[in-house]
Amino acid sequence: MPHQAPPPSASPDTSNEPRRRLMAALANATPDRLAAALAPFAPLPAHEMVRAPETGLVMVRGRMGGTGAPFNLGEVTVTRCVVRLENGVAGSSYVMGRSKQKALHAALVDALWQNPALTEAVEREIIAPLASEAEAADATVRAETAATKVDFFTMVRGDD
Amino acid sequence: MYVAVKGGEKAIRNAHRLMATKRRGDRSVPGLTLDQIAGQLAIAVTRVMGEGSLYDEGLAALAIKQARGDLIEAVFLLRAYRTTLPRFGYSEPVDTGAMLVERRISATFKDLPGGQLLGPTFDYTHRLLDFKLAADGELDTPLTAEVTETAMPRVTDLLSGEGLIEEDVQPEETAAVGDLTREPLSFPAGRDLRLQNLARGDEGFLLALAYSTQRGYGRTHPFAGEIRYGAVEVEFFAEELGFAVPLGRINVTECQMVNQFKGSAKVPPQFTRGYGLVFGQVERKAMSMAMVDRSLRCEELGEERTAPAQDEEFVMSHSDNVQATGFVEHLKLPHYVDFQAELDLVRRMRGEWFDRQAADQAAASDAIGSGATDTSEKEAAE
Repeated sequence: MPHQAPPPSASPDTSNEPRRRLMAALANATPDRLAAALAPFAPLPAHEMVRAPETGLVMVRGRMGGTGAPFNLGEVTVTRCVVRLENGVAGSSYVMGRSKQKALHAALVDALWQNPALTEAVEREIIAPLASEAEAADATVRAETAATKVDFFTMVRGDD
Repeated sequence: MYVAVKGGEKAIRNAHRLMATKRRGDRSVPGLTLDQIAGQLAIAVTRVMGEGSLYDEGLAALAIKQARGDLIEAVFLLRAYRTTLPRFGYSEPVDTGAMLVERRISATFKDLPGGQLLGPTFDYTHRLLDFKLAADGELDTPLTAEVTETAMPRVTDLLSGEGLIEEDVQPEETAAVGDLTREPLSFPAGRDLRLQNLARGDEGFLLALAYSTQRGYGRTHPFAGEIRYGAVEVEFFAEELGFAVPLGRINVTECQMVNQFKGSAKVPPQFTRGYGLVFGQVERKAMSMAMVDRSLRCEELGEERTAPAQDEEFVMSHSDNVQATGFVEHLKLPHYVDFQAELDLVRRMRGEWFDRQAADQAAASDAIGSGATDTSEKEAAE
């Protein structure tokens, strides 16, 4: 069955942006780094497994010519998990790779973050450090790449 | 007719055991770790991920180790593994315009916004063996420079304002996207299926096809408008959450080929385009893909179809190295019964051939005999 694209939303919904930013920071961390980031919240909060970590595939799409119609490029391994804390809040994760531990940790952080009493602490203790590390790594890539930028100069011919 | 023959189990078991020892090599030499393979044979790893159509460095590194560096065997292992996993769905299309660029060059525009960034490349090396590398000596840390421009517009977006270059066709939002892993190949195939096929196609095959178009078999006069390599975000629309979840990043190479420009009754002359997008830094393949994509658009662009690289059925049916190696290598497996049948056939045919030969010879010698002697003898013989 060809996949039907989700219907376009009438106006861009930005209400999920903070949660998307959280999920991006978690997804870009290595499993070990995420485990370490959770340390300030140890022991892990009591939780019920709604959907135990499961590894599967997501077919990555590109666009023809970069901006045209979509096509299927190839798959990527993704692990997902859903947990429910004792307060009833459900946390979800979808992270690239096969680390079940990372998916569980990401779902727990998502659940903790949704508790208004903990949102700020999660942002400060987990998300901000991960995001700034990721930014620093990107800045290094940009700076190293910038050093390989070509400076053209024109050779002036001797005659005339 | 198939006849089941049993036997060889012990030989197979022992052969695999021997292979495992050979794979390990000299035990006084440390074994390779997957991190070493993923980190130091990165281009082999991304080639396996691309042709295996599965982005997972750890799995690709394991496959390369298991396959003793036989990359097509490694691709096969990865393809087999992916069939064991459930499919969660399809990502949002990645935005290569928002790439964290590690390399970006254009062979068509010297001064483009963002500049020419060589990044990590073999280009402009002298291809001399570096014996220092054999000793694994000290390594210079990369230099850094101040980042002045961060916007990195695609070259094709720069030119398209003037209408000099064809623009990407905007999709109908609800249009279905073909998926080769879900439906068998059929022809004619849309560009979506062609690009998917090329993206997982064999690098060597695509390289040869692209080369053939340069040598005149379906010439398209390409320029490397832009090649960029770097990390792009992958997002997945999770139904239960109601928004696109960022999954992490993957590295891809994108190639925009800019080609000639005949135009038609409906379209004024303008540059046409071929597109390549592959996992990892596999530039040769991204370029080849873009060239073959362009040549496969011959019908759409009103060009005569004369060359293999323009024939989608030929290209798409032979680009997959797992299929190709399966059919070629299956010839190694026992064909005793098939061959026995052919042996019987060729024996019978030879028997008939010799009989016929003998009969012809007899007839000929009769004829010669009759020609050389007088008519009375011939009559007597009859």
